[in-house]
Amino acid sequence: MTEQQRQKPRHSFGSVLLEFLGSMNLAITLLMVIAVASVIGTVLQQNEPYNNYVMKFGPFWFEVYRTLGLYQVYSATWFLILLGFLLISTSVCVYRNTPSIIRDMRQFRLDVQAKSLRSFHHQDEWETSVPAQQALQSVNTRLKKLGYRSRIKSHDGHTVLAGMKGRSGRLGYIFSHVSIVVICLGGLLDGNIGLKIGELRGNIAVETRDLPINQVPAESLLAANSTSFRGSVNIPEGARANFVFLGMRDGYLVQELPFTIELEDFRIEHYPSGQPKSYESTLIIHDDELDEPLRKVIAVNHPLIYKDHAIYQASFADGGSKLDIAAWSMDHPGVDPLPIRAEVGSNVQLNTPRGPYMLELIDFKRFNVFPNEDAGSDGVDSSPYRNFGASVIFKMRAADGEAREYINYQSPVLLDGRYFYLTGVRENTNEDYRYMHIPLDEKGRVDRFMEMLAMARNPDVLERIARRQAENDPSLSEDAGMQDQFAVAAASLVRVFIERGIDAVVEQTERLVPEGERSSVLTSYIGIIQGVLGTIYLDMLAADGHDMSEISEQQANFFDDFFTAASLIAPYGSPLYLELKQFEHVEASGLQITKAPGQNIVYFGSAMLMLGLLLMFYVHHRRLWLMVSEKNGKTEILFAASGHRQRSDFDREFDFLKDDLRRVTGATPTQSE
Amino acid sequence: MSVSREALENEFDKPPFFKRLSSYDWVWAVLVVVGTLYAFTYYREWMDVYEEVILLGAGIGLVAFGWLWKPMRLFSVAVALLSLAGILLYGDDLARNESSFFLKYLISGQTAIMWMSASFIMATLAYYFSLATGSRFSGKVGTSLTWVAVVMGTVGLMVRWRETHLSGPDMGYIPVSNLYEVFVMFAVMTAMMYLHYERSFRNRAMGAFVLTVISAAVAFLLWYSFTRGAHEIQPLVPALQSWWMKIHVPANFIGYGGFAIASMMGIAYLLAERRPQGMLARRLPSLDEMDDMMYRAIALGFAFFTLATILGAMWAAEAWGGYWSWDPKETWALIVWLNYAAWLHMRLTKGWRGGVLAWWAIIGLFITLFAFLGVNMFLSGLHSYGSL
Repeated sequence: MTEQQRQKPRHSFGSVLLEFLGSMNLAITLLMVIAVASVIGTVLQQNEPYNNYVMKFGPFWFEVYRTLGLYQVYSATWFLILLGFLLISTSVCVYRNTPSIIRDMRQFRLDVQAKSLRSFHHQDEWETSVPAQQALQSVNTRLKKLGYRSRIKSHDGHTVLAGMKGRSGRLGYIFSHVSIVVICLGGLLDGNIGLKIGELRGNIAVETRDLPINQVPAESLLAANSTSFRGSVNIPEGARANFVFLGMRDGYLVQELPFTIELEDFRIEHYPSGQPKSYESTLIIHDDELDEPLRKVIAVNHPLIYKDHAIYQASFADGGSKLDIAAWSMDHPGVDPLPIRAEVGSNVQLNTPRGPYMLELIDFKRFNVFPNEDAGSDGVDSSPYRNFGASVIFKMRAADGEAREYINYQSPVLLDGRYFYLTGVRENTNEDYRYMHIPLDEKGRVDRFMEMLAMARNPDVLERIARRQAENDPSLSEDAGMQDQFAVAAASLVRVFIERGIDAVVEQTERLVPEGERSSVLTSYIGIIQGVLGTIYLDMLAADGHDMSEISEQQANFFDDFFTAASLIAPYGSPLYLELKQFEHVEASGLQITKAPGQNIVYFGSAMLMLGLLLMFYVHHRRLWLMVSEKNGKTEILFAASGHRQRSDFDREFDFLKDDLRRVTGATPTQSE
Repeated sequence: MSVSREALENEFDKPPFFKRLSSYDWVWAVLVVVGTLYAFTYYREWMDVYEEVILLGAGIGLVAFGWLWKPMRLFSVAVALLSLAGILLYGDDLARNESSFFLKYLISGQTAIMWMSASFIMATLAYYFSLATGSRFSGKVGTSLTWVAVVMGTVGLMVRWRETHLSGPDMGYIPVSNLYEVFVMFAVMTAMMYLHYERSFRNRAMGAFVLTVISAAVAFLLWYSFTRGAHEIQPLVPALQSWWMKIHVPANFIGYGGFAIASMMGIAYLLAERRPQGMLARRLPSLDEMDDMMYRAIALGFAFFTLATILGAMWAAEAWGGYWSWDPKETWALIVWLNYAAWLHMRLTKGWRGGVLAWWAIIGLFITLFAFLGVNMFLSGLHSYGSL
């Protein structure tokens, strides 16, 4: 804007709009509104699966928030429009102010009038007997020494010396504001506005189904020439990929790469606490433009840049470890286990007495290191951490779609001097696992447990043992009727216990027994169950040829552990117990691949911002004028100065300059009449 | 304003910078150069090129810092001697912090930090006493104790640095990596910035205000250490194993320190403004001076906070694959930045002064506090290593 325009603004629509967009009030309002809007995305977790939001907010509010784009606030249209306004407002500000700033920096204003100098806040008048030329000369020399640049111009009857210092401080404004525009533009280039436009025009559609890569439809596939993207892909060892997934709302897009990445090897190191210490991948880049494939190692904080694409080591996962599993039927534990060989990530259809089940193998871990809470106890060493060995996490999904999640450890775990297989179950992924400890026999195998369970589930065995119990019970004397009744009841109790758990026994007691007698009846029920199961166990030991005259503590413990585990079989809920026999570990490297042409623009803008701030805060533009005229053989000096944006500091500098320049010109303050 | 002519000349009519350096300044420079060279030759094997540049930069920066702010020289020498003593006493055995008297009661990482905490709290009391009674002596005691605290805090971090390396193979890291360590750094940095202002404004009455916020940080630190065992050394996750840590975090805390001081000046300003003839108004600097100091603290904080955010973005680009992910910590950094940007616009462009800006600076501290602590406590995200 020129000087004239400023004095006489045209009230056309354009100038009013420009006035509004460049106004400080709009700029500050925008700063605050964007700050407040940004809070939303930090309070509401972004980019979660839509199901989580439905659970959290209910269907109505889920839909409201979705429409407002709150699940991806920072790419919501309204948020981008806010940023756009900030960009425009800043640009208009720069556009309007830069010309006058540059003029201010360059012009010494040698044609200044005495009247305007006298209106300065900082001004003073002196007179001296030193001739004008000489006074100017000394001032000029002195100012140079103090770091001022100066110009002198003679007018009719007076001479003006104008000086300035720290004019680069004024660049601070320009740099810092232009830099915001630059940073925003760089960010825009790397943002996903292109995808938004593509979606609006219908060229691009987000895929929400879990599909193999070759079945992803064309409208969810982005060609390798995209300007910018940020996506991720997991590559198992030995496998290749020439695409990445871009997470979009509740689905994804597939972005093709102009090259193929092969994962040759993935390596991970751990701290003694089991935390990952470092992980890295050896990648081989295959590209027709390369004479030979490029082999590079990437690690966290050490990406590979290839063809404007940056390839980052982001995470790691199971790459489809091959598992050998023995599936024991909980309903027919006597039957030999079913061998299953499957990869992590795959599903296996299983037929069980409780109907068809889908086994979904979710994850495998080679180590499980936890703080050693049993340090120093029976057989456990005293190191601060304890490795529980490999584990597999899977889901058993029934025909009705209901599923529970399980975690099974491969290695026997030593607790209180006894070995167990640990298996945990949970209904929801946000719960803790509830563990069942399956006791192992002398050979360290699950066989005896299963054998016991089979016996306890066998109606013939139950009936036989229960009858024997009844016959041996002195309190039932020799009343055949009572004995019969007792045997049937005992067998039925054990069946309820094994099939439906201890809770069912309690429930049955509550249903049939008056309140006052419940606890004593329950105690005797449990006594009966233990009696029957104990007899089964002793029979089994005898059949194995054990010396029955002395039952070792270990053998006694086994029975207690069996009883505890058996009481949990019902809530365990799976028709099968999966024993992890062997595994072949296959790891996958999680890569994040970005193409961000705006990155260097943003960095350039950032450097400019820093420079701008430093100039703005720490370099101050100061100007001064001396108007010198000779009158009646005396030289009169009018001194005025101004400091841009610094009042208190400049007060002191002005005081100093006033004294100093008066001294070098040998002047004294003019006596005001 | 009654400032002597000599003082003004010192300020505006200086001989060239290098001519103003005393022989102590040159001894200082030589010491730092020798130290830097020693570190360079001895530890070069374990450094990558960035770390070498950082070491070089730290050396040059320290010389310049000592020249520009003279107390830095004695401070650094004291820190260096005590830290080296601690490191030598440790040798290669972390267990010596139980057997060596000096380590156990004086300069092991945790003990030195406890001494820092105690000194800060005593300094706060001394400053309050001085403010209430006008005792100059008590004010001097406050200043001395603050100096003791910053020395002990820095020694604590230095010795802790060594302790991380003794904790296990490949465990070593610069102790600005978790919430406990950065709280120590916050207290030290804020106190040093305050000491600088105290010297240049020649007024100790502000000490009570600034040390209050530091004592609050110390109280949190003690709670965090005693109830959560936060001082225990844990290994770093891979994403944090980077030289960026060495510059990103300290820059951030100069920013936080500046904002904290500004908010305390805001409180002092408002209290003094309420009773222009009151005791506070008499002992504190003038309203204009406090307003100016508030601006300076925010400007310095803003410059460093901007730098830290930029460095953070560059690090994020290297570690997380993108310079901006709208991670809660990043977003809150932006919110803090926008808030102070608006503050600066109000002051520089709209010409606001005084009360409103003082209130705004106080509110700003709460926003900053949320970005610093609240994000780790209430929100999840990529900066999750600092969780409570």
